[in-house]
Amino acid sequence: MTAPKTLYDKIWDAHVVDRSDDGTCLLYIDRHLVHEVTSPQAFEGLRMANRPVRAPGRTIAVPDHNVPTTADRVNGIENEESRIQVDALDKNAKDFGIVYYPVSDIRQGIVHIVGPEQGWTLPGMTVVCGDSHTATHGAFGALAHGIGTSEVEHVLATQTLIQTKSKNMKVEITGRLKPGVTAKDITLAVIGKTGTAGGTGHVIEYCGEAIRALSMEGRMTVCNMAIEGGARAGLIAPDETTFAYVKGRPHAPKGAAWEAAMAWWKTLYTDEGAHFDKVVTIRGEDIEPVVTWGTSPEDVLPISATVPAAGDFTGGKVGAAQRSLDYMGLTPGMKLTDIKIDAVFIGSCTNGRIEDLRAAAAVLKGRKIADGVRCMVVPGSGLVRAQAEEEGLAQIFLDAGAEWRMAGCSMCLAMNPDQLAPEERCASTSNRNFEGRQGYKGRTHLMSPAMAAAAAVTGHLTDVRELTTETV
Amino acid sequence: MDKFNTLTGIAAPMPLVNIDTDMIIPKLFLKTIQRSGLGKNLFDEMRYDRQGNEIADFVLNKPQYRQAEIIIAGDNFGCGSSREHAPWALLDFGIRCVISTSFADIFYNNCFKNGILPVVLPPEAVNYLMDDAANGANARITVDLENQSVTASDGKSFAFDIDPFKKHCLLNGLDDIGLSLEKVSSIDAYEDRQKTQFPWL
Repeated sequence: MTAPKTLYDKIWDAHVVDRSDDGTCLLYIDRHLVHEVTSPQAFEGLRMANRPVRAPGRTIAVPDHNVPTTADRVNGIENEESRIQVDALDKNAKDFGIVYYPVSDIRQGIVHIVGPEQGWTLPGMTVVCGDSHTATHGAFGALAHGIGTSEVEHVLATQTLIQTKSKNMKVEITGRLKPGVTAKDITLAVIGKTGTAGGTGHVIEYCGEAIRALSMEGRMTVCNMAIEGGARAGLIAPDETTFAYVKGRPHAPKGAAWEAAMAWWKTLYTDEGAHFDKVVTIRGEDIEPVVTWGTSPEDVLPISATVPAAGDFTGGKVGAAQRSLDYMGLTPGMKLTDIKIDAVFIGSCTNGRIEDLRAAAAVLKGRKIADGVRCMVVPGSGLVRAQAEEEGLAQIFLDAGAEWRMAGCSMCLAMNPDQLAPEERCASTSNRNFEGRQGYKGRTHLMSPAMAAAAAVTGHLTDVRELTTETV
Repeated sequence: MDKFNTLTGIAAPMPLVNIDTDMIIPKLFLKTIQRSGLGKNLFDEMRYDRQGNEIADFVLNKPQYRQAEIIIAGDNFGCGSSREHAPWALLDFGIRCVISTSFADIFYNNCFKNGILPVVLPPEAVNYLMDDAANGANARITVDLENQSVTASDGKSFAFDIDPFKKHCLLNGLDDIGLSLEKVSSIDAYEDRQKTQFPWL
């Protein structure tokens, strides 16, 4: 009898090409997603060495980080450096014969939204991308993680990666979430508990009743931020919710191939008695709507809390907390709900899917954005945008006074013109509140789409449960 | 990639925890399509004011640390984005070794692809070296990869662990892709197996 395996063990074992005596493995990569920022030097490396892309049909490219999100982008990108980078991706995709969704294609969007939407991401796969939020695809029970540009070149050339196995970590969310609490609150609450290095050296499997109850969109939000907890990847075992989402997608298997795939996918769960090196359990009922106050994703507090003081922490965190308080312009002891905002960003690979837009629209319906607040809604892909327009969500955003944008990464990392001005404060559905992340000296508070929409209406951080919402 | 064997140099102390890759190289500088030239923008927003003037009290702007080749850093160095521009910027500035209690996974791997040695040591050792580094150019720290040790200026030495394969590649400046392509027959065989086992892929 073989030893019980975790889900991670099973996917790993199915992809080992070669194992050295010291345990280093050559791991096969089923899907390689590529965007314009982390790939140009990798393609240049291939050219210099006269190497082809080994598996162009497994390599999918889409520009997302640099692209403007205004409708006039069809006329070209004004910023010269951004344009050069996107043009380089156009050329590399053509020269190396890889699958490509250009800016003009309605399927263009954030790479981590496009992959699942097009059915490129499937259970049991290995998925990599030169982007840390590749962890998103773990929602399908795929082993998915970010890599650097040298590794992008390695995958392009060999369709493999040199890897040593990580440890197994289980994060269980038991019971049910209270109304107004979402997948974003789960993932932030986990990081708040474990810290940004809590998952270092591990692959996290998220499980428990509250995870099972999430839609695929919610599961993607949870896995997306596994990297913010330091983990190599986040995983959720596939189930009927997963299969229903995947079925019928353009690149999902069909007919007999679907049946064969299902037979394997149904074996993708952690065996009874399998070993985890680390276990974290949180009761779903204990999770409140949360926001971040500082400049690390671990700086998480329930919306009902007050701003902490540096002295509330220990060790190196004391200095870091003081630096965060100064940067964020906050006074210890003030209520989080008294923090006034200048901007709201709804979008990103964390929260730019249709369900996220529905949640924000449910709060904004029949309401107006507060005076002096700028609210930007950026769908994760052209197809999400089209669906939101069809469902009437876009009109709700426009009626409320929000900006309705084209698809891209936008103000999540502000590489394009969508940026905060110095000291502007933003309620954001993105994934990082680092210094300068959304613009030089910009101040970011991370939260769920419903919470961001609530802040947009009141002009300050707000417990969404205090606003009545209707389903749209 | 340059080999890494031993290095004796000035270490800059950066005790801040969670130094992220957005701090190491802000996104503004990710628009390049080259690997070189990023050193002048290393830690850009901490190092310069908006007008581009140096901020005098930032460690790498202090005269005694301008030639630093080693950084002693607080916990969880390199967290955040996968951008390899972070190690490219460090290398271009002249940093060949970073010592901390822990590193974010992707950054850690990226270092090895660029001839930079990330060293993980226990908190007491990092604190000791941090204090030593505070002595500026008078404290020259020695990092010996072959023997897996870091020696402070007073001769006190600390041993560190490292993956044997990563050590081998760094000591010899080996190109991973070339090594993996030597196993191309195994990759071919895997792809053949996959056609039967996972025909939908």
